[in-house]
Amino acid sequence: MSILTEFPEMSRTDLRDFKKGVDESFRGFTREWGESIESFFFPLLKALAWFERLMVATPWPIMLVILGALVYAGSRSIGLVIGTILTMLLIGYLGMWEDTMFTLALISVATLICIVLGIPLGILMSKSDRTQAIITPVLDIMQTIPAFVYLIPILMLLGIGKVPGLIAVCIYAMPPVVRLTNLGIRLVDRDVLEAADAFGASTRQKLWSVQMPLALPNIFAGVNQTIMMALGMVVVAALIGVHGLGQEVLKAVNNQYLALGLMNGLAIVAIAIIFDRTSQKFGKRLQKHSETIHG
Amino acid sequence: MADNSIEVKGLYKIFGPHGDRYVDMVNDGMSKDELNTKHKHVLGLKDININMPSAKIQVIMGLSGSGKSTLIRHINRLIEPTTGEVNFQGQDVCKMSKADLQQFRRHKTAMVFQKFALLPHRTVIDNTLYGIELQGVARGESEERARHWLSRVGLDGFEDHYPNQLSGGMQQRVGLARALTNDADILLMDEAFSALDPLIRMDMQSILLELQEELHKTIVFITHDLDEALRLGDRIAILRDGEVIQQGTGQEIVLKPADAYISDFVKEVNRGRVIKVDTIMGAAASKTTLKIPSGSTLETAAKKMSDSNKKSAQITDDAGASIGEITMISVINAMVTPASH
Repeated sequence: MSILTEFPEMSRTDLRDFKKGVDESFRGFTREWGESIESFFFPLLKALAWFERLMVATPWPIMLVILGALVYAGSRSIGLVIGTILTMLLIGYLGMWEDTMFTLALISVATLICIVLGIPLGILMSKSDRTQAIITPVLDIMQTIPAFVYLIPILMLLGIGKVPGLIAVCIYAMPPVVRLTNLGIRLVDRDVLEAADAFGASTRQKLWSVQMPLALPNIFAGVNQTIMMALGMVVVAALIGVHGLGQEVLKAVNNQYLALGLMNGLAIVAIAIIFDRTSQKFGKRLQKHSETIHG
Repeated sequence: MADNSIEVKGLYKIFGPHGDRYVDMVNDGMSKDELNTKHKHVLGLKDININMPSAKIQVIMGLSGSGKSTLIRHINRLIEPTTGEVNFQGQDVCKMSKADLQQFRRHKTAMVFQKFALLPHRTVIDNTLYGIELQGVARGESEERARHWLSRVGLDGFEDHYPNQLSGGMQQRVGLARALTNDADILLMDEAFSALDPLIRMDMQSILLELQEELHKTIVFITHDLDEALRLGDRIAILRDGEVIQQGTGQEIVLKPADAYISDFVKEVNRGRVIKVDTIMGAAASKTTLKIPSGSTLETAAKKMSDSNKKSAQITDDAGASIGEITMISVINAMVTPASH
């Protein structure tokens, strides 16, 4: 009864041929399309590189002022601004200013891409149960498949560099903003939607005057999650050649430098906290209208 | 004045994926229960025929589940009918294209909702001008019009509040102002005052009646409250299980209830406020000096007679000529609920 003890697996040669077949056909695809795909992403590369240079080249006092102003614009909290500036000063003092700028540039561009692609995708998803049924498993895969697995085809196509790193970050970080845009729109009160219908709102008018504004707090929670997940991918992105704090962490792992690892790791945490607190306070302000409930 | 009456003709609504297959069976007498248990379809409306008069208040009354909210949603086609017609100004709403329907909703109708359905992220003024914003009215003009109606419903100074900061009664005033700002011929009111406290409800009813005196819109008012129906309705239709079981003026319904179900309803009604003196007057017999205008309610008449200590009164028409006479006894008789009910 060997059938019970030995799993009836594919014959070794078949399996090898199968894997080889997949690899070969993807390599063929790469040879055929690699260049055009690379040129497709070229503008993205230029944009990211330009933004990185801009962040690094800007004198640090000006950068501090800009950061402080952005945090204030989002949170309206002086305490958070002071905290941000002190943290950034400490990061700079410990010699991580430039790497931090690289990481900030990557996160900003990645978040922007996720928003630009993710919100329309979320809107599309909210329109029908069928699109939701198609997109949901894709999002599940994007969030759970080990990052290294999708690094393989990206590397085969685009090699090592900033763009593959950026794509890897976006794949992992985009699902929350898509999911929460979809959820936010679906949670909009049906009575209010009916009122919009009764007054003759078109589909587009309904989206912009009712659904998006009322979904905004949820969408914003999605953006917040997206930023956090993008930060979580910094080390993986470093693996395929993206500059920044992640690369220092990698160096620390390879050489068992405890202090270097801790410093850069904590710098990532600090950025995450600044982003998170600022965006959460901003999200709360979006809901100002629902604060005072009539007793 | 233009004819803004609404004619609902042979309207059926059967909820479910194949409602149209069951219209004939329902017509042949299949009950709501049978349709539900055997065929998994829900009977919403059955053969509704109502002529809603132009520039008057048509009340649709019924308990929950009677189909009244379903009916009002057919007038602006928020619900698609299974079969039937809703005719307004020579057009069948049920046959309109999507674009025509949108224009119809924007320009001809305005709706007030039981749960207010205000946009929580917009201020009171931005809520009020929402309807005309959809029409494409420019911001300056729309704000002016919205301010005017907000002030008419007594919300001066609340323009920049958010709906959540207002009480229920005030929120519904915003809902009413939003509908009036649309300046549509038809005003649809779906249990508009049902969620309000009794005193505030009376208040809102008065506002509505006052406004209607000058606006003369065709108002369709849904309610489950007979007192409200009698106070507001120029005509009343009573719905049960998706069917109209009686329609007419309030007085007709109180005096001649069509069946036991309705007489059950009307027995608690204050008849003195519904029945008009014209209904009970007899030929002028005595030479009483007290004059009461035709169309007054019994309650008004009784008050006048007791105030002036008279046992009878003349009923006079608009010109002041005597057209009949009532006596205190006939008034009291008519105000007391008959024992048979």
